[in-house]
Amino acid sequence: MRFVLRRLGFFVLTLWAALTLNFFLPRLMPGNPAIAMVALHRGSLSPQALKVMEAQFGIGHQNLAAQYFSYLGNVARFKFGESLTTQPGVSVGRIVLDAIPWTLGLVGLTTILAFLLGTAIGILGAWRRGGRLDSIMPPIFVIMTVIPYFWIGLILILVFGVKLHWLPYFFTYNITLTPGLNLAFIGNVLEHAILPSFTLLITTIGTWILTMRNTMITTLAEDYVRMARAKGLPGRRIMLDYAARNAILPNLTGFAMSLGFVVGGAILIELVFNYEGVGWLLLQAVNNNDYPLEQALFLLITGAVLLAILIADVVTAMLDPRTRGAR
Amino acid sequence: MATLEAPGGPGNTGESGQPGQPAMALTPGGGLMPQGGISGARSLRRMTRAIRSNSKATVGAGLLVLFILVALFPGVIAHDDPSAEIYGRALGPSSSHLLGTTAFGQDLFAQIIYGTRPVLLIAVGVGLSATIIAMLIGVAAAYLGGAWDGVLSLFTDVLLVIPAFPLLIVIASYLHGASTLVLIAVVTAVSWSYTARQLRAQALSLRNRDFLEAARVRGERSIYIILVEIIPTMTSLLVASFLTNALYAVLFSSSLQFIGLGNPNTVSWGTMLYWAENNEAFQTGQALWIIVPGLCIVALGAAFALLNYAFDEIGNPALRPVRSIRGKRVKRPR
Amino acid sequence: MTTGPVLEVRDLAVEYATERGTVRAVDGVSFDLDAGEFIGVVGESGCGKSTLLFAIAQLLVPPAAVTGGSVVFRGQNMVGLTDRQLASVRWRDLSVVMQSAMNALNPVKTIAAQYKDAMRAHGVASKEQIEARSAEVLRMVGIDPVHLKSYPHQLSGGMRQRSMIAMALLLTPELVIMDEPTSALDVVAQRSLMVQIKELQEQLGFAVIFVTHDMSLVSHFSDHLMVMYAGRVDEFGPTRQVFDSPLHPYTIGLTEAFPSIRGPRVPLTGIPGSPPNLASPPPGCRFAPRCPKVFDRCRQESPELYHVNGTLVRCFLHAEEGGGDD
Repeated sequence: MRFVLRRLGFFVLTLWAALTLNFFLPRLMPGNPAIAMVALHRGSLSPQALKVMEAQFGIGHQNLAAQYFSYLGNVARFKFGESLTTQPGVSVGRIVLDAIPWTLGLVGLTTILAFLLGTAIGILGAWRRGGRLDSIMPPIFVIMTVIPYFWIGLILILVFGVKLHWLPYFFTYNITLTPGLNLAFIGNVLEHAILPSFTLLITTIGTWILTMRNTMITTLAEDYVRMARAKGLPGRRIMLDYAARNAILPNLTGFAMSLGFVVGGAILIELVFNYEGVGWLLLQAVNNNDYPLEQALFLLITGAVLLAILIADVVTAMLDPRTRGAR
Repeated sequence: MATLEAPGGPGNTGESGQPGQPAMALTPGGGLMPQGGISGARSLRRMTRAIRSNSKATVGAGLLVLFILVALFPGVIAHDDPSAEIYGRALGPSSSHLLGTTAFGQDLFAQIIYGTRPVLLIAVGVGLSATIIAMLIGVAAAYLGGAWDGVLSLFTDVLLVIPAFPLLIVIASYLHGASTLVLIAVVTAVSWSYTARQLRAQALSLRNRDFLEAARVRGERSIYIILVEIIPTMTSLLVASFLTNALYAVLFSSSLQFIGLGNPNTVSWGTMLYWAENNEAFQTGQALWIIVPGLCIVALGAAFALLNYAFDEIGNPALRPVRSIRGKRVKRPR
Repeated sequence: MTTGPVLEVRDLAVEYATERGTVRAVDGVSFDLDAGEFIGVVGESGCGKSTLLFAIAQLLVPPAAVTGGSVVFRGQNMVGLTDRQLASVRWRDLSVVMQSAMNALNPVKTIAAQYKDAMRAHGVASKEQIEARSAEVLRMVGIDPVHLKSYPHQLSGGMRQRSMIAMALLLTPELVIMDEPTSALDVVAQRSLMVQIKELQEQLGFAVIFVTHDMSLVSHFSDHLMVMYAGRVDEFGPTRQVFDSPLHPYTIGLTEAFPSIRGPRVPLTGIPGSPPNLASPPPGCRFAPRCPKVFDRCRQESPELYHVNGTLVRCFLHAEEGGGDD
């Protein structure tokens, strides 16, 4: 319990750091571009939103400390202001909420799939060591991990979209359809998700495979695995119960830590496929200098990553009896 | 498993660092590197010997050398000015234009060749500066211990956990695009924390070793001990850190350029992709414009990653391909 | 119980593949073990004693492998069999105790779960039987069965070691091989653990091969003593004989290195030099470079094992006294 509380404390601290970063960045940049943008689009903003953004960006006559605390207060009440250019006058919260489900679905599900599949392959790969396969596979996967996400997405678009016309590669669903919980719509959504999902899968899976393989190899050299052999336990039980159970522990935390990176890559994939999720929205905001939207999205992404790490920590604690209890 | 406080470290594994790529640590199982007391020079000799004997390392090193040569002497290889928009537009490959031309009439081959230098500059720049910062902070934290360690580690961990690519995007957006130098600074800022943790962990394990105790007893000052005794021992981890950060840098920077947050007027692989995408290269049949720069990124990234992976194997023999005693092992018929 | 020796090892050889060529870690070891017998195997670090143990139990991992000889256990040669083929014999008839229980016990499973694993793998299906037996073996080593629910890290070092030994006795094997199980403990705990092992052995009647670097410790409990050097057996005989009147210069050196609390004060002598490089061992007797009684023949020829009064010794000093043996 104390372990979880400590981690929680750390995350609150990190969130605060992200908030403070958000607060100071526009003020540190030459000319504070945020002020200029807000001034430009003043007309479409509601008075409440304007107040929020004054504290956020440093417009107006309050002193720095007062601005800071107003800003923190606003964030605590989920007041992020309104979009300046992407959807002028619309509350940032509203815009973000619309985009979240798409990203959650695409990135969330695909990452979990990649993790599970990659881990399984890594476990088997380490278990069956020796032979030509073992010396060829790792370099191949290593190379797979350095392929830029956006580039492989483009290549897949070229092959499956442009040349073969097998799969769609624009947007989250065919815009001529009306959204609804019917089979046709859902089918269409899935069809549009195949290419982006596949891109994300093949670029991330290499790392999971390598990670798991390497920790498995180290674990297989442990005495307790030798002991399990000595006890005459069936191979599968040794592989899973003795080796994998232990090997996966460091990977769980690593998995969560890298979600920060997965999210970054998802941004690029959403861009390439015009997939209207959170990442795509962030890039729209950047291109339009829509600072309030940008900041809110950054906070959302950071918060999501922190949450994932916390969950991974809790799961690790549940699986590893050594972290429970006193520490 | 090397557990430090706060975010349990990515246990060690294979490598990558591009946005979206789960980035893992370097050496598996915590088995990091040669025991204390090995000087920098001996490490270097060991490394060159190791590179020659490991095929992954040779390929990686070969690629890297190739790119370095191209970056240093672009004029020797490509005879056109990469920015000159004087040729026919969107031409296919021919003898006068090895890779064809862009939609603006620039020679693609020249662009690729001249585009190598900025990429390598960023890679080396970030690799060096991130490693130096990581080393200073990581080792200082380990050596000073106590409250200093707590503060520095907390600072490192917070920066580590904040998602790097989104942060990069936000910073770059305020800057309205970044030149090469700015890219180096900004990418370094988000990358150093990762290797700082590993260096701190290793410095911690060295802290109480005898040869350091001897230095302390001799009366040497802390700075001396840090610079002259501890750091040379960590050579192999420092090299690994350089390679990792260089890899990150290549991928991060080209991604930023692709989005348009780099300086679109410079000629670099990332910016080439930006222009290609903006001109719908695939739809208009200029596939090479997209394929070739991407392949170069993969090749350079692979060079760093292979070298890194090879160092992993060299440092932790357990990972090497398993030898078996062929033919001699006693086998029984079933 | 079987008639005849429980274990017959003949010319066992183990090689490791390294970058510098193959290393012969165990070079032609042979011995017999009778039911209920206790053999102590002693030697310096790197002499091959642990490798020998794992070779006997067929627990070597690449790059090490058995490259010659046979290990006949209860009439069946185990060399070359796969894990699956060995599964039925393992633990039921031959169990293993390792040096560090902290490393040998699965950190994420309770003691009870690890006991259950072993029993389930050998056909003990009923929950009651498993629980009863688990509690029984723990009591045998002096641990309260309430600790079955504990994880390894929750037990003290001594308790962990003993629970590992208890685990080895779950299926009342005929042979238990032990790899320095007391080395990680303090001197007092060492002694009490040894006494306990000996008591259990006499009670249950299993044979023991006990590897250690501490000759004086094992000599109080073993029936026979085997001294290994550079992958070979240098002396093998009844414990009292080997310990009280050692024949091989190496064994003599070993006994003189352990001080006795009683008796006259004797200056301690070590054995100068270090063990040979097994990738390229010296041509003659492997101990020749360090031997205080070395002569010319030692450097050219390699001695075989010679009989002297019931002890086997690999030394030319005793070549004429008995016939050769291997």
